[in-house]
Amino acid sequence: MGKATRAAFGDAIMELADAHPEIVVLDADLSKSTMTQPFMKKYPARHYEFGIAEQNMIGAGAGLALCGKIPFVTSFACFLIGRLETIRICAAYNQTNIKLVGTHAGIGIGEDGTSQMALEDLGAMRSLPHMTVLQPADANETKQAVAWAVAHKGAVYLRLTRQNMEDVHGPDYKFQIGKADVIWEPASKPKHYQATIFASGGPVPEAMKAAKDLEGRGFMARVVNACSLSPFDDEAVVKFSKDSDRIVTVEDHNIVGGLGTAVCEAAAARACAVPVVKIGVRDFGESASPEQLYDKYGLSAPHIVEACLRNLN
Amino acid sequence: MPTATEPKTTDLKTLTRDMRVDIIRMIEAAGSGHPGGSLSIIDILAVLYYKHLKHDPKNTTWPDRDRVILSKGHACPALYTVMAYTGYFPKEQLLTLRKLGSPLQGHPDRMRLPGIEASTGSLGVGLSMGIGMALAAKADKKDFRTYVLLGDGEVQEGQVWEAFMAAPKFGLDNLTVILDHNNGQIDGPVDQIMPIDSMTDKLAAFHWDIQSIDGHDLTQIDKALAKAKTVKGKPQFIAAKTIKGKGVSFMENNIAWHGNAPKKEDADKAVAEIMKNG
Ligand SMILES: Cc1ncc(C[n+]2csc(CCOP(=O)(O)OP(=O)(O)O)c2C)c(N)n1
Repeated sequence: MGKATRAAFGDAIMELADAHPEIVVLDADLSKSTMTQPFMKKYPARHYEFGIAEQNMIGAGAGLALCGKIPFVTSFACFLIGRLETIRICAAYNQTNIKLVGTHAGIGIGEDGTSQMALEDLGAMRSLPHMTVLQPADANETKQAVAWAVAHKGAVYLRLTRQNMEDVHGPDYKFQIGKADVIWEPASKPKHYQATIFASGGPVPEAMKAAKDLEGRGFMARVVNACSLSPFDDEAVVKFSKDSDRIVTVEDHNIVGGLGTAVCEAAAARACAVPVVKIGVRDFGESASPEQLYDKYGLSAPHIVEACLRNLN
Repeated sequence: MPTATEPKTTDLKTLTRDMRVDIIRMIEAAGSGHPGGSLSIIDILAVLYYKHLKHDPKNTTWPDRDRVILSKGHACPALYTVMAYTGYFPKEQLLTLRKLGSPLQGHPDRMRLPGIEASTGSLGVGLSMGIGMALAAKADKKDFRTYVLLGDGEVQEGQVWEAFMAAPKFGLDNLTVILDHNNGQIDGPVDQIMPIDSMTDKLAAFHWDIQSIDGHDLTQIDKALAKAKTVKGKPQFIAAKTIKGKGVSFMENNIAWHGNAPKKEDADKAVAEIMKNG
């Protein structure tokens, strides 16, 4: 098992800090969880602790950005999105160069339960103009996404996991904004697939497990990792709709507004003749272990397998 | 009027000792949770539920019951313990904390546990809901009271200050706020992370009725809650000086125990100490 993407984020800002003295980090009493403590210790003058006051932190981040800094504003994803109006005005409308980092996304956080689980953030963030929305799947992709965010002038939302993630990208992987990438295919490279599984964030390893299981049973499925949720890779949907009987989407987010919605929007707009089976969270989540919750809420590999095979008529 | 059994303050001392043990054991069993902030409010909750609250654990929808909102929702192990002791559910259920299907969620959930008045866990939202309840009581000419427990890190949230302004404006003398002033949050001590002092001066300037007490002295808590009920025209603010992790020496004022579950060895040590000193 590899690192949590939040841990990779913490590594990334350490690696970028010397080359980019404009990088500053803002916290709201969760620096141990958002993995910014090493940065705070090494660069105390570039770290601002705002206490439990997220909207003030986001606004101040925008102000820092307007004066040339590159602020990484971090908290649990749920507490950032709780300040949507502030984000809408200070980040998106003002088109500031702010980097919002939401960790502990989704039901994958487990026992802490509903109030700490961001499940609607992608829907809200994707609907904001001038907001780039990224959800990397592993450590390598996270580091490249953070580096991209530093180079990019504009507001970025990074959605990261609490839980450890499998490394799904090889060392040669190159992050490209707006591009989904195939992370798993059957060894036989078939011409025709029963399903193309689009996955993003927490359940990506489950999608891989599902595809392998399907191959073992003689069913062909590929897995596409969608890190870039806005802008979204509509072309990937068009392309894979041509050789797949169905598209299955999997995400640790409400069934509305995230990856599944992005895929359906692309499929409808481009008149793709393909059914889309969406897997996502349909309620608020609850307290239990992450594994139990992925099972109960239908995000684990057996559920993905079932979604690939289910009779759609 | 149904009320819970009213023990003497001496009995309450024993009860709060036992409750501390249950808090440690339930968090140990859960493998996660927040001992520090639970131990700091257990004395306040015990006095409130046993001696002041107008409630009926067997009839949680009784319209005239007093309302309690644990705005610092992460300290729910303390609330669940007091609720179990006063008869809302069997004590054995405490050990299901944070487990799949349990009504004892990681943060209070009113849809799963009867007796929870407001689901919380995102800090800063509880007092506003409390104001709504107090307004409804006034509108309907009901004499139930609303109690809101705030953390001292929590009051850094802007929404809390909007609520601090609103309650006196509406003359909510049926609303009592208790501040769990333990000077701890997660990243460090409150007075370093984002200073809030002096809360009593600030709230006096906002036209609240002010009391300052030792939040572990059962008699002081009792008197303060009694006096709060007599105040006319103003909401009441009780600043309770507390110790995060109170009762377990290695947890006291130690931020490492904000959100960490003790393993068996530490839990045993904690329980032995609570029983010895209790
Ligand atoms: C809006 C929001 N931001 C952040 C958190 C994460 N969090 C949980 S507890 C806590 C510290 C709370 O400190 P305090 O209110 O003083 O409670 P206590 O120290 O008494 O446990 C934080 C930051 C949260 N639950 N809600």
